[in-house]
Amino acid sequence: MNSVIFRSSTIVLLPFMLVLSIVVLLRGHNEPGGGFVGGLLAASGFALHAMAFGHVSARKTLRIDPRVLIGLGLIIATISGLPAAFMGKAYLKGLWVELNAPGFPDPLKVGTPLAFDIGVYLLVLGAAFLMIVTLEEYRHDANTGS
Amino acid sequence: MTASALAILIVTAGLAPVLCRVSRRFGSLVVAAVPLGLGLWFASAAGDALTGTGIVQTWAWLPDLGLNLAFKVDGLSLTFALLICFIGAGVLLYTTSYLADHPRLGYFMSVLTGFMAAMLGLVLADNVILLFVFWELTSITSFLLIGFDYERERARWAATQALLTTGLGGLSLLAGLLLLGIAGGSWTISGLDTQRVLESDLYVAIAVLVMLGSFTKSAIFPFHYWLPNAMEAPSPVSALLHSATMVKAGVYLLARLHPTLGGVPMWDNTLALLGGVTMVAGAYLALRQHQLKKILAYSTVSSLGTLVMFIGLDAAKAAATYLLAHAMFKGCLFLVAGTLTKMSGQKDPEKLGGLMARSPILGIASLLAALSMAGMFPLIGFVSKEVMLKAGIAHPEYSVAATAGITVSAVLTVTAAVIVGVRPFLLRPSTGTDVQWKAAPGWRQLTLPVILAIGGVVAGLAPAAFAKPLITGMVNAIDPAGVPHEIKLDWLKLLYPPTLATYLSLGALALGTVIFLGRSTYRTLTAPADALNAVGPARGYDGALAGITTLASIQTRIVQNGSLQIYVRVMLLTVATLVGLALSRSLDFSAMLELARTVTTFEIMLLLALTAATLSSILQKTALATIACLSGVGFTIAMLFALYGAPDLAMTQFAVETLMLIIFVFVIFHLPKYRDLSRRAFRLLDFGLAGIFGFTIALFVAAVLATGGPPSIADFHAANSLSGGYGRNVVNVILVDFRAIDTLGEIFVIGVAGIGVYTMLRLRAGPAAQASEPSIDSSEPSVGEGTP
Repeated sequence: MNSVIFRSSTIVLLPFMLVLSIVVLLRGHNEPGGGFVGGLLAASGFALHAMAFGHVSARKTLRIDPRVLIGLGLIIATISGLPAAFMGKAYLKGLWVELNAPGFPDPLKVGTPLAFDIGVYLLVLGAAFLMIVTLEEYRHDANTGS
Repeated sequence: MTASALAILIVTAGLAPVLCRVSRRFGSLVVAAVPLGLGLWFASAAGDALTGTGIVQTWAWLPDLGLNLAFKVDGLSLTFALLICFIGAGVLLYTTSYLADHPRLGYFMSVLTGFMAAMLGLVLADNVILLFVFWELTSITSFLLIGFDYERERARWAATQALLTTGLGGLSLLAGLLLLGIAGGSWTISGLDTQRVLESDLYVAIAVLVMLGSFTKSAIFPFHYWLPNAMEAPSPVSALLHSATMVKAGVYLLARLHPTLGGVPMWDNTLALLGGVTMVAGAYLALRQHQLKKILAYSTVSSLGTLVMFIGLDAAKAAATYLLAHAMFKGCLFLVAGTLTKMSGQKDPEKLGGLMARSPILGIASLLAALSMAGMFPLIGFVSKEVMLKAGIAHPEYSVAATAGITVSAVLTVTAAVIVGVRPFLLRPSTGTDVQWKAAPGWRQLTLPVILAIGGVVAGLAPAAFAKPLITGMVNAIDPAGVPHEIKLDWLKLLYPPTLATYLSLGALALGTVIFLGRSTYRTLTAPADALNAVGPARGYDGALAGITTLASIQTRIVQNGSLQIYVRVMLLTVATLVGLALSRSLDFSAMLELARTVTTFEIMLLLALTAATLSSILQKTALATIACLSGVGFTIAMLFALYGAPDLAMTQFAVETLMLIIFVFVIFHLPKYRDLSRRAFRLLDFGLAGIFGFTIALFVAAVLATGGPPSIADFHAANSLSGGYGRNVVNVILVDFRAIDTLGEIFVIGVAGIGVYTMLRLRAGPAAQASEPSIDSSEPSVGEGTP
């Protein structure tokens, strides 16, 4: 879309949406949110970008091939369940450690479900992005008659 | 020891391609050395394995399902393990020379080693499920090896035929083994309660299913057709899989289960009859062939029939002796045939001749093996033929039939042995000209044939060296009822004083030689019988395959006719009917009305908005407007979620709706304007169907809410979320912890959907679009390329 307002606001919006998506991802365990919504939010940001600047620019902005993101997300999610399995618990059961990070009043809880959620985030982002960009490319190719 | 041997073989199979890439000459030798070492290891454990009940080892796998890695080494499995390891090592060595210049040598060595691991697992497994797993693995590796030359259509066809035939048997074997485990009260073969199995109602089913599995694997009539076709595989495969080991898996299983299932007329007679038919038919068909490997293949079919027949006749000693003898001479002859064909380019033994001068070592090995196959004293083949004839003569019921069958097949086997093993070396070629001969075979191609040929001599002259302990061990495993068996294998005592068996044996030798000399007359006389091929079991295979394909296409035409409208109609109607039927049994309107009184104004407003959005979506004239209306439906539902305290769902719904809207906007630029394509009657029908569906589901939801139902699982999740999952957001804890495997499956589906969209559009767009696929580091300016 050749609207200057849309393009300018997209430039500002995308970073905010990405940060927001990560916040939603990280807080998901205690507040509404999680990897799935986070991934969708991030994908929406890139979808905005694709509408404003086209699919080539969107791919460049993402930097990573979305197909790689799909595989990476699936691998991370799959591996995150292994530690529990090796410790004799059910596969994908959450394991947690408390880290005493300096500057934080409460100990920081880190666990395998976080890794799992990151995997979900990456995969959802990759899959949604791939669908949008592929459709856009297809439309573009059809329009230019190549 | 058992599990480590398997693990070593599997690792070797994995490393084989790497080793062969590092060094074709020496890497492949390392691969071949592994089974040799394992064979020596098994040989060193022979003392323990052959005494008492053998070596039993168990590791827990899925103990809750009765599935353990239970292994047992007794006389029967030890003999097979030694055959697999030693012949396997020799065959691998042979391969390094036979396929020396082949680009896929590493792959071949890998699959062959993988097969050896599967076969070793099969004979060592005591757990029936474990045995089945290895059984199927041998079928799969066999498929890969037969189809090794996958560029030839004939090889692919033969591989598929072998896989389908043995796969059918594998399935029935699984059913049989499961029933056997249920009837026998144990999942290990050694723990089966024979009495319970024999008295069980399931006995007939078990016996039939196990026999079906074994007969397909061991190419017993009427499933013998796949083995000769499997000769499309390279010769090392034929030597190892299709004569010495894999095809004997069926024989192994019958022998292994004979103590449990045997002694019943149905079992014994079926084995004896079909085994006998296969024995005679195989020997007859072998002489109808004109190619070295085909003759050997049919003769192997005959041998497999012989082994099955003797298991059925309760003659464990005859089966055990012949099994050992056959593995040695047939393995040797297959390798000789492979070398002959490779060096001369000639498959027909009649066109080969005078090769003794070209390669005396190969010639002597071939002669010794052929003489053993023919049953010439003092080789092990003679001993085994004597033992078999004696067992046939001594059988209480089928003495005459069995003896006649053994003698007939012995006569024909003599002829086949001379044609394959003697003629190419001692006689002139029928063409009259000298045979083309590339080069003398190297030591790698000679080692195993020579060792096997010498093995046949040693086993005959000095049975105590290895033949007697192994055969005794096998007999004790097949027939454990009696006292430890005393086996006599002295060839001189079998020859003199002569008995009826001796006369028959020597007579077969003489008659077989006569048929060899008059083989052209014999072939002309038997030619008319080839008409039987038109109705043989191989036709049945083709017919069954064609039938399945036809059935599948008919069924696809009915179920998947391609009309999306019909799909949706069928789905809606099915759900509405099933739910409606369930509802009609317990419909309580008063409770629902009670529920209706609690509806708030806000809810009513949302529902009105929802209805308005839905109605307007079907009245729109353009796709864009329809999608906007549908998004209105989605956003309203998201508000409902938010209203009922499900912020996670609301958030996700909002995000999904937004993305869907964007995706649709990208898609609809392709769609034409709406046109009235369907008839009015059909649209009314669809309207009615949609109405019925919506009404039924609404009624269903109301009924569920009105009933209340059992205590919800939500309480459990809410109570355990913070303590067990360290999270206050119950929905998220369910997603990433309690039900994480569901989530894993779901994200997998999402990934596949994404790749599916990508693949379909890319494939449709054709090569032009692929060439123009934008890369990330593309430097062309992207600004200004937006959508209009």
